[in-house]
Amino acid sequence: MKDFSYLRADSVEAARNAAALPGAMLLAGGTTLVDLAKCGVAEPSTVIDISHIEGLNAIDVTADRAVIGALAKMSQVADHAAVKSHFPAVSEALWQAASAQLRNMATIGGNLMQRTRCPYFRDPQNFPACNKRSPGSGCSAIGGVTRGHAVLGTSEACIATYPGDLAIALVAFDAEVDLGERKLKVEDFFLAPGATAEQEHDIRPGEVITAIEIPGSAATRRSTYLKIRDRQSYEFAAASAAVGLELESDGRTIRDIRVALGGVATKPWRARAVEEALKGKSLEEDIVRKASELAMEGAVDHGANHYKIALAPRVVARAVLELGETA
Amino acid sequence: MTVHDMKHAASDSARLEAVGGRLSRVDGPAKITGAAKYAFEQQLEGLAHAVLVGATIAAGKVTAIDTRAAETAPGVLAVLTPGSIMELKGASDWFGRPPAEETYCPLVREVTFSGQHVAAVVAETFEQAVAAAALVKVWYDETPAIVDLSDGSDGIPIDAMTKEWGDAQAAFAAAPVRVCAAYNTPREFQAAMEPHGLIARWEGDALTIWEPSQWLDGMARTYAEWFGVPFENVRLVSPYIGGGFGSKALALAHSAVAAAAAKMLGRPVKLVLNRPQNFTSYGGRAATRQTVAIGADREGRIQSIVHRGVNETAVDGMWVEPLGSVTSIMYATPNFSSKQNVVRVNTVVPGAKRAPGENPSAFGIECAIDELAYELGIDPLEMRLINYAEQDPEAKKAWSTRQLREAFAAGAEAFGWAKRSPAPRSMRDGHQLIGWGVAAGTYPVRRAYGEAMVKLLADGSAEVESSSIDMGQGTYTILAQTAAETLGVPVKQVSVKLGDSRLARAGVTGGSRLAGVMTGAVYKAAGQALDELIGLALSDPRSPFHGLQANTLVVKDGRIASPRGDGPEISIPELMGTLGREKIEAKGDTVPASFTPQQRYNNYTTIATAIPHTEGDYSRHSWCAHFVEVRVDEDFGTVRVSRVVSALDSGRLYNPKLAESQWKGGIIMGIGQALLEEGIVDRRHGRIVNGNLADYMLPTNADIPDIQTISVGIPDPHSSALGGKGVGELGIVGVAPAIANAVFHATGKRVRDLPITLEKLI
Repeated sequence: MKDFSYLRADSVEAARNAAALPGAMLLAGGTTLVDLAKCGVAEPSTVIDISHIEGLNAIDVTADRAVIGALAKMSQVADHAAVKSHFPAVSEALWQAASAQLRNMATIGGNLMQRTRCPYFRDPQNFPACNKRSPGSGCSAIGGVTRGHAVLGTSEACIATYPGDLAIALVAFDAEVDLGERKLKVEDFFLAPGATAEQEHDIRPGEVITAIEIPGSAATRRSTYLKIRDRQSYEFAAASAAVGLELESDGRTIRDIRVALGGVATKPWRARAVEEALKGKSLEEDIVRKASELAMEGAVDHGANHYKIALAPRVVARAVLELGETA
Repeated sequence: MTVHDMKHAASDSARLEAVGGRLSRVDGPAKITGAAKYAFEQQLEGLAHAVLVGATIAAGKVTAIDTRAAETAPGVLAVLTPGSIMELKGASDWFGRPPAEETYCPLVREVTFSGQHVAAVVAETFEQAVAAAALVKVWYDETPAIVDLSDGSDGIPIDAMTKEWGDAQAAFAAAPVRVCAAYNTPREFQAAMEPHGLIARWEGDALTIWEPSQWLDGMARTYAEWFGVPFENVRLVSPYIGGGFGSKALALAHSAVAAAAAKMLGRPVKLVLNRPQNFTSYGGRAATRQTVAIGADREGRIQSIVHRGVNETAVDGMWVEPLGSVTSIMYATPNFSSKQNVVRVNTVVPGAKRAPGENPSAFGIECAIDELAYELGIDPLEMRLINYAEQDPEAKKAWSTRQLREAFAAGAEAFGWAKRSPAPRSMRDGHQLIGWGVAAGTYPVRRAYGEAMVKLLADGSAEVESSSIDMGQGTYTILAQTAAETLGVPVKQVSVKLGDSRLARAGVTGGSRLAGVMTGAVYKAAGQALDELIGLALSDPRSPFHGLQANTLVVKDGRIASPRGDGPEISIPELMGTLGREKIEAKGDTVPASFTPQQRYNNYTTIATAIPHTEGDYSRHSWCAHFVEVRVDEDFGTVRVSRVVSALDSGRLYNPKLAESQWKGGIIMGIGQALLEEGIVDRRHGRIVNGNLADYMLPTNADIPDIQTISVGIPDPHSSALGGKGVGELGIVGVAPAIANAVFHATGKRVRDLPITLEKLI
C-alpha cells in the first residue's frame, strides 16, 4: 500500500469538493478500497473518509418507494422489515452477498462501486496488462483462466464480470442512483467495457452517491433473488437472477415481469427479451424455460465459462417458476 | 464406545480427567482470550521488516536486478539479491542425507517457478518494505515452462514405489468382470489461517527463531547447518500454531532469507508471507493422476488390481506422493501391480498435506470399487465386505487391529444404509437429486522414539516439558491427562510446556505419530518420577512410610498411601517437605538403549529412525468408513453434502472429544477437496491465479452439515504404549471418494476429476 493523505469529510458538500481532487478516492465501509489498496490496484493519493457524514444512512421505505442512504450498511438494509416485505429481492440479494462481517461494514453506496474479482485485474505485479487498470495495455484474462468471466456485454478490451448482487435487483426494478446534481438509472450508471474498460460507472469527478431510490410496484413486492454459486456462502455468483412478477387476477397470466442477471455479464444485466417474451403469457414451465433461453442472446464464451450459458437461463426459469408458486 | 457411553463418561470428573476422558482443551482459554502469543506477535526492540520479491515468470534466468529505487526509498535498510545476500551452507534433508551443494542461496538467479524469491527488501516498517519491494525491477530471460502434468512426458519411474504379486496383467485380462478408469486430483493447498513466516534474532552466534513449526528440532538443525553454528545455538519457539496441515515442518527459503537478513543487519527481522506468497513459497499437495483397473469374478471377488499413478514434482526438487499406499492393502486380491512415476513441472516442490499419499490413493481405489459394484449390481458396502482383507495383502502379516468391519456395520446402522435405493437417480426431493455413497479410508501407524521431562514439585504440582507442539490437535491436553493419571495428581495441578527447542527433544509432528510417541514418553518419564518419589518415601528415614512392610505405595488425587491402606496417608507436598525435596524430575525416553548420541540426535532431527508400521509380526493401521448423503440440484449441478456419518478405528482414544474434533476437521477438509479446492494455473504464465482465500475455495460453515463420528477402535498394544493409533490424518482419507460415489448415485454421472464443480454435472 502506498502512502496517502487522509481527509475526513463531515458534510456531503465537503466530500464533493474533496472528491474533485486528483487521485482522490472515497472511503465508506472500506471493504473494497482497503482490499484493492493491499493488492496494489487502488493507489489513491488522498482518501476521503465519508463514513462520519450524518444523515446519509437513512432507510425510508414505503410500498411505493424505497430511498436508501448511501451510508446505510448492507446488513441494515437486508434486515429492514419494510425492505423485506415490499422489496424482498433487495433484501435477498444483500444477505446472500459477501459475509456477515463484510455486510456489517460495507455501505450501499460503496456496494455500487465495488470492482470486479477478475484475478488478472487484482494482480498488477504479475499481470501488467489490464485495460481496466491501464487503458490500452491489453487484457490478460482473454486466453487465460476464464471460469468466472462474463459471457454478456464483453468486448475485446475486457471480459471481467460485474461481481455484485444488490445492483442486479436494482437494475431489475428501475432503481435510480442519486448523485446530487443529477439522478440516473442504475442500469445506465454501470457501463459495459466497450473500448473503455477503465470507465465502469457514469460518475464524474466531484460527484458523490448520496442515495438510491427504488420505485415500488406489484413486481417488487413479489420478487426474489436466486444466486447459484460453488459454495453456499461467501462466494460470488456463478449465475444469479433478480426477478419480479405480477400476475393477472387469474393467477396464471403474467401482467408484469422484471428479470436481471448477475454473475454472467460485465455489468448488471437486464434481460428485457425474457420479460417481453413472457408478458401476457401463462406461467407454465415449458413456456418459462423457453423464454429464459433468451437471456443469453448474444452471449459469447471464453472456454471455461461456457457453462454459464447453460446455467443462467435455468436460474432465471427456476426463479420465475418459484415466484409463481408463492401466494 | 457409543455416544451414550461418552456422555455418561463426561458426567464423572475423574473419568473426564483420566486418559480416555473428554477433557476440554487446556489451551482453549488462552486462545479464546488472546493470551496465547503466536510467533508473529512477539514485540522485539529494533525489529526490522522483510518483504520478498517473487519471480513473475515460471522458468528462465534473472538477467538483471535494479535495486536503486528501492535502496533509496524511505526506511529501507537493505535490498537483498542473490549477489548481496550472505552465503549460507547447504543443509541436509529431512532424512539426514547430506546436501548436494556446499553452499545455499535462498534467492535465485535460475527461476524454476512463478513466485520464487529473487530479492528481498528490509525496512524499518512493514509498509515501507512493501512499498520498496514494488520498486525492485527484475529483468528475465524467459524460457518455456512445463505447466502441469498434461505438459509432461510419462515422467520418471520411481522404482521404490513398485509393488507386485501374482500376475496382475494376465489375471485382469482373464477376469470376467472388469472396470478401468482414470482418477485425477488437482494441486491443493494447506491454506492454514496463520501464514508462514518468522522472526529471527541473533545474539552473537546464538539464533532465536519465532516461527510456527511442526518440527522444532528438525528446523533448528537446518538453521544450524545453514549458518554453521552448533545445533545448541539455535532456539526455535513455537508454543502455538495457527494450523499446519503438513506445511510447517521444514525451514524454507523464506526462513533462510529472514535469518540471513537478521545476521547481516545485526537486528531482529520479521518476515511474514502474504497470502498469495503462501501459495507459491512452499508446496501444497501435488496434482495426481491414477488409473485403477480391477478384474473380478461374477460374485464380485477381486482377481486382480492393476494400478498406475503419477504425481507432479518440481524441476529442482523431488516429491513422491505415494499413490499405491491404500490400493495395496484395502482389499484382498491374489494378483496386484502398482507403479508410480513423477513428472517434473515448473512449480515449487510439492509437500505434505493432510494424509499425503493415502488421501489421493483412496480416491482412486474407493471410486473404482464403487464402479465395480455397479458393474456387478452389488451393493457398494457388500462389495467391500466380499473383498475384506483378513490380513495385510501386501506385507502378508496379521493386522495389529482392524475394526473396519465394525466401522462398516456401525456407520451403516447409524446412517440407515439399508434404506438406500440402489439405482442412480432413484432418490429425490423436489429439484434435489439425492445420493448416498460410502468409502473406506486408512492411514498407517507411524511410530517413533520420544522423550519427555516430568517434574514433580514441592507444592504437589507437576510440569511436563517437551519440544513437541500443539497445532490444535490437543497435545497440551492429552499430555496433562497422561501425566496426571500416571502421577496420581489432578489435571489442574499439571502444567505442560511445549514448543521450545530448549525443552526435551521431539521429532516431527506429522503422520499422526505425535500422540502415540509423546503419551508413551510422558507415561515413562512420569513413571520414573513417581518411582523415585515412592523409593524415597520407603527408604528415607524421615519418611512416615519408612520401615513400612510394603514394596510400593499408591498415589491418588495427590495423596500417597500404602496399597493396603494400613499406614499413614499424606499429600505429596507434605511428603516432599518431609523429604526436604524441592522437586523430583525425570527425563524419560523410549529410545533404544543401544542408540549412540548421534543416533539420538538423528532420531529427533530427521525421520530416518521412524519405525516401519509393518515391523515384526503385525501390520498397523487406522481405519475408517464414511457414509455420505449429497443433494445435487438437477438444473444447476450444485452439490451440497447434507449428511455425514463416519465410523473410525483409531485404537484407544486418549481424549475422545479432541479425537472427534480432529476427525471432523479431516472430514470437513475432505468435503472441500471433493467439491471446491483447486489451484488453478494460468497455462501461459505457469502461475496460480487463485492464490487467495476468496478464490481458492474452502468450505464455509454453510457448506458443512452435522457430522456424526463413531469410534469403533479398541486398544492396540502393538501400535503404541497406551494403545492408540493415528487420529489426525485418518479423517480425510476416503471422504472425497464417498462424496464422488454419492454424486454418482444421485445423478448417474461419474466424476473422476476433483473437485466436483457444477459445470461437470450440468
